[in-house]
Amino acid sequence: MSIEVRIPTILRTYTGGQKAVHGNGATLQEVLDDIDARNPGLKDRIVEAEVLRRFVNIYVNDEDVRFSGGLNAATADGDVVVVLPAVAGG
Amino acid sequence: MAPSVTAVLKIAREHVDAMIVHAREDHPDEACGVVIGPEGSDVPTRLVRMINAERSPTFFRFEPQEQFTLYKEMSTTGEEIVVVYHSHTATEAYPSRTDISLASEPQAHYMIVSTAGSDASEGPVSVRSFRIVDGAVTEEEIHITE
Repeated sequence: MSIEVRIPTILRTYTGGQKAVHGNGATLQEVLDDIDARNPGLKDRIVEAEVLRRFVNIYVNDEDVRFSGGLNAATADGDVVVVLPAVAGG
Repeated sequence: MAPSVTAVLKIAREHVDAMIVHAREDHPDEACGVVIGPEGSDVPTRLVRMINAERSPTFFRFEPQEQFTLYKEMSTTGEEIVVVYHSHTATEAYPSRTDISLASEPQAHYMIVSTAGSDASEGPVSVRSFRIVDGAVTEEEIHITE
C-alpha cells in the first residue's frame, strides 16, 4: 500500500507526464518529500518557505488541508492526495 | 512559403452568450467560470459558472470547495476544463499580469469578457481568447458555431 498523489496537468512535467504518483509518509510533508525524491522539483511548486503556496489547494481524502493542519495533515496508506492549483487571476 | 498556423477556438454561440450574461450580472465585480468538455477533445460542451470567492472588481479566484467538487465530477466523467473565462470590468479583454502569473491550466483557452465599455445592462462588450503557457500569451481567433 501507499499514498496516491494526483498531479495536475501543469505539474506533470515533473512526473514524466504521469497523472498520479505514489509515496509514503505519516504527514503530507513526508509524502511530498518522498515523491520529490523521485520527481525532483515537484515539491518546490507546491511548497514555499515550508508552507503551502497560496494558489495551490491540497486535499487529503476530500479534506482541504488548510483546515486540517496544512503540511502537518496526517496521511496513511490508501489515502488519496489531490493537488489542485487555484484558478485565479485579475 | 509554408502556410502560417493560426490558433482557433471553436465554441458554441450559446456559451459565449452565457459568459456575457454572467459578466453583466456580476459587473462591476469580475465573473468567472469554465466550459468543460471531454478530456483531450478540445471541444467545450458545458458551461459551469463558478463563484468568484474574491467578489472583487480587480481579482477572481474560484471558490476552492466548488472547484474541488467540479474536479471530482470531471474525474468521474472523463472531462476537463477546455475554457476558463472571466471578466474584466474596467480594463480591456487582455490578460493582466496577474492572469499570466497565475495561469495554471496549460490545456485551456483563456477567454476574457470586458464590460469596461458598458455596464451591467447594455452597451458594448468585447470577448477575446488566449493561450497562456509558461508566461507566454498567444491570442487566438474565436470561431463561433451556431
